[in-house]
Amino acid sequence: MAVTTLRLNGAMISAREGQTILEAAREAGTRIPTLCHLDGVSPVGACRLCLVEVNGRLMPSCVTKAAEEMDVRTDTEQLREYRKMIVELLFAERNHVCSVCVADGHCELQNLAEELGVDHIRFDYLAPECGVDLSHDRYGQDDNRCILCTRCVRVCDEVEGAHTWDVAGRGARSRVITDLDRPWGESSTCTSCGKCVMACPTGALFHRGASVAENVHDRAMLRFLITAREEKRWTV
Amino acid sequence: MDRLRLATVWLGGCSGCHMSFLDTDEFLLEQADVAEVVYSPLVDAKEYPEGVDVVLVEGAVCNVEHLAMIQRVRERTRLVVAFGDCAVTGNVTALRNPLGGALPVLERAYLRASDPPGAIPEASDTVPELLDRVVPVHAIVPVDAFLPGCPPSGPTIRAALERMIAGEPVDLPGHRIHFGGYGQPPSPDGAEAMPSRAFRGGRPRGD
Ligand code: SF4
Ligand code: SF4
Ligand code: SF4
Ligand code: FES
Repeated sequence: MAVTTLRLNGAMISAREGQTILEAAREAGTRIPTLCHLDGVSPVGACRLCLVEVNGRLMPSCVTKAAEEMDVRTDTEQLREYRKMIVELLFAERNHVCSVCVADGHCELQNLAEELGVDHIRFDYLAPECGVDLSHDRYGQDDNRCILCTRCVRVCDEVEGAHTWDVAGRGARSRVITDLDRPWGESSTCTSCGKCVMACPTGALFHRGASVAENVHDRAMLRFLITAREEKRWTV
Repeated sequence: MDRLRLATVWLGGCSGCHMSFLDTDEFLLEQADVAEVVYSPLVDAKEYPEGVDVVLVEGAVCNVEHLAMIQRVRERTRLVVAFGDCAVTGNVTALRNPLGGALPVLERAYLRASDPPGAIPEASDTVPELLDRVVPVHAIVPVDAFLPGCPPSGPTIRAALERMIAGEPVDLPGHRIHFGGYGQPPSPDGAEAMPSRAFRGGRPRGD
């Protein structure tokens, strides 16, 4: 059943059966910032950037289904402050040095900081020791830039069907791993398709040989593949 | 009206932010009518003076000299601007932090990465002692405005200075204030519509 008594920032909108608040808001032309969300793979609610206020409570819009009688606010003072804080905490958690990063100028985290007005980080940097895996002959992986959004895990599992990636460890020690924590280059499941590199929002996964600001994630190709699978439309 | 007393300070940075300041071109001359540069690596002044209106601080705080300097600067200045990514985030200067304290960094640089191995400079030598951790300016003293960028662009610096000279808040809509490289405005969704390199199997650029 379609949802008909939904309010978005004061205006009545409708949503189709099963649609999330994020999808309904997008259709109504309202932008909600997201980071772990990737069209075409299942949502996980990992980053919390898409928080909205629903009848006074905060909910992640990418995993919350639209329902009757919801009064949704997407842009309150509190939400703006929390989104800023989330981005700042992501910067503080690993080692982000945009000026020398492969993703400089092509990074969703960097873009969000700009969009949300993050001009400095109010938290102490953790400066953890992080590994870089250059064992794969085409791609590299850098924990310094990883925000644990798990887009790589989901795209590799759900679109490529290889399930090379997983997350190991807990809390601040969590890291993405390939094949039970073997070097990526020795993975027997990886097909070298590159979808994880296309999906990664930051400089954590990159094409080998890409220098500063040279890595482009090529989301267009990923969108094409996902549309083709979902709608059986293989020509553009 | 008295001319604005402007200063610039160079802590742990590469001087690129100062180069970008010079890159404001003819504005430097226009600005001379309304602002006086009272202290800067670009002018001949030995002591940081009292009663400075605005200071642009380039660089992170990484040694005992920087620490003393930034405290003096804060005491003697009305508006402190963290100028460029090193001052704002630590940036490249703070790359050493994951190695641990000052000693492991010095060992890495002077003993392990040096061929033949050299000697770690003594505290009595002329170089200032390193702090264990490189920190951004606002980790030590309150900062009034942040101007990220590596370096911030000439036009952004100019716009910020114009606001400060006019006594307005440094709010710069339309200037794409972001961390990272000069002249590299982030693309709208972090992506570009291009055929996949992964599928062509080529190198990212220049092929
Ligand atoms: S991953 Fe993005 S935010 Fe992190 S250093 Fe690279 S460009 Fe900056
Ligand atoms: S290249 Fe393809 S198969 Fe290999 S890890 Fe990435 S998504 Fe999975
Ligand atoms: S490697 Fe990239 S896609 Fe994977 S979890 Fe980290 S940031 Fe996300
Ligand atoms: S986009 Fe909803 S939690 Fe990340």
